[in-house]
Amino acid sequence: MVGRNSEGKLVRRPISPFMLGSAYKPQMSSMTSIMHRITGCALGVGTLLLTLWLVTAASGDDAFSIVQAFLSSWIGILVLIGFTAALFYHFCNGIRHLAWDAGKGFDLPTMHRTGAIVIAATIILTVAFWVIAFLVG
Amino acid sequence: MDKDSVPSIHMMRSQLGRARGLGAAKSGSGHWWAQRVTAIALLPLSLYFVASTLILAGASRADMAAYMAKPWNAVLFLCLIAALFYHLVLGLQVVIEDYVHKESTKLVSLLAIKGLSIFCALACAVSVLKLAF
Repeated sequence: MVGRNSEGKLVRRPISPFMLGSAYKPQMSSMTSIMHRITGCALGVGTLLLTLWLVTAASGDDAFSIVQAFLSSWIGILVLIGFTAALFYHFCNGIRHLAWDAGKGFDLPTMHRTGAIVIAATIILTVAFWVIAFLVG
Repeated sequence: MDKDSVPSIHMMRSQLGRARGLGAAKSGSGHWWAQRVTAIALLPLSLYFVASTLILAGASRADMAAYMAKPWNAVLFLCLIAALFYHLVLGLQVVIEDYVHKESTKLVSLLAIKGLSIFCALACAVSVLKLAF
């Protein structure tokens, strides 16, 4: 990192260690934060599947049946379970972020409690979704 | 970067251009707001999407077309597609800007995710419209 000292001279400043590694121990704050990014990126990949699903549905029976066959195979269902879990996590933790943006819930006990609620809600919603999916399908 | 080299800053902008154009709130606040507004829009829209996937699980193409032929479904899907891909681009942009430090790689990555997202968003929207009509 290059900055200027008080005399205006360019100097190389030390930077804090990278978030992953031995410098920091895992905490509710850092773990829920990085999970928000990871699930966001995963959902970005998921949009490719959404695109494939809609485009093949609009295109023709051959292409659509391939996609449907993949999505109903065990590996397809495993992928979809991952995407639904990522969606529910990003959804719940996103509400947490919006509350923070409104200036609410910053104190540590609240932050730990809402983090635990997000994790529990993700599990409950994901299980509920797939129970309904198997009952409907 | 070589730790022993003489520190230097390379800039394409003039000093005056920097002073005039670079307040933290000049372009960042628009990005920040757009990310929050799309996030709020996606709260109901993603719940609608989840419900739709349950309704359309194992659906045939005819079922999909019948679903999208209902105006509310087509409109809600188009709203979802717009908010979703906009929110995605804004989020991925921040991730790239945080972790990719080489200017050329950063620029190419940003252009790639924006181009791909616009392409996929249009493909989704056209597909929904084709199913609907």
